[in-house]
Amino acid sequence: MKLWFGVLIACAGCAVLKLAGFVVPSRLLESSVARRTLEALPVTLLSALIAVSVFATGNHLTLDSRAAGLAVALILVAIRAPFLVVVVAACATAAAAHAL
Amino acid sequence: MSEPPPDHGPKSDASRRADERRIRNRALTIGASVTPFGLSFGAVSVEAHLSLVQVCLLSLVLFSGASQFALVSIIGAGGTYFSAVGTALLLGVRNGLYGARINALLRPTGWRRFVMAEVTIDESTAMAVSESRSGRSARAFWSTALSVYVLWNVSTVVGALVGNALGSPATTGLDVAGPAAFIALLAPRLTTARMRLVALGSSAIALVTVPVVPIGAPILIGGLTAVALLLVVDR
Repeated sequence: MKLWFGVLIACAGCAVLKLAGFVVPSRLLESSVARRTLEALPVTLLSALIAVSVFATGNHLTLDSRAAGLAVALILVAIRAPFLVVVVAACATAAAAHAL
Repeated sequence: MSEPPPDHGPKSDASRRADERRIRNRALTIGASVTPFGLSFGAVSVEAHLSLVQVCLLSLVLFSGASQFALVSIIGAGGTYFSAVGTALLLGVRNGLYGARINALLRPTGWRRFVMAEVTIDESTAMAVSESRSGRSARAFWSTALSVYVLWNVSTVVGALVGNALGSPATTGLDVAGPAAFIALLAPRLTTARMRLVALGSSAIALVTVPVVPIGAPILIGGLTAVALLLVVDR
């Protein structure tokens, strides 16, 4: 039940946010603070999400097979490998490290 | 959309066909590029114990990869619903910004606004903006939106069904599918030393708070603190 609630609120909220851009006067979004905040927000949230998904299990900091997968992903992105290669190689590395 | 902008003069049939071919090919390429992400989203969602209907609803209605992934990753990790939904919504704010841009560019009216808003995402916005010089923004927007929408939803369903059949995320390595996809998506935004520092700072703050706050909250704390610090340093 709680899960349904979370899914529905997220769906409704994100749809409203999309629509907001078509209704909110654009000058409100043009202030320099708003612009810089909105530009940096996806970067900071996603990097925090990456860090926590790789180095935490529940409330504990952990170092395991996921770190190996992350390292491979970082290297492949640095040499501009295609998206699919990055994801598949990272998963394969993490799986191999887990099996060792 | 049939009228080229006046400064480009009238277009020949050949050049119009070239435009249309270019847009169709790019739209299909972009659609194909979201499929691995959709597959991993479907698989990760099932691991997070979402039902097939819930997974599909997210791709059909929420339709924004980063928000969807954040939501299911945090729920899957045992995080609070506040953190999961809060992070998803904050990641969705940028679609609103894109909406303002698309609204100014394509000036939709009536019901078209609602449909347009629903498919205003990274990919459709980028294509519309990149075709603004050729006067083909509307075609570029709708082609990309359609291609991404269809392929994203199909790959979500396949990912959810295949994910169900696979083993635990650790043995299949699926536990790094999300992080790896995000690194690939973030890379174009991390070209300056300053943005890299911001990303590292946000990650560090998040990790430091992991042992002391509820699961999921470190992502909001790290993300928001890093933005606040950036604004303070910039002043």
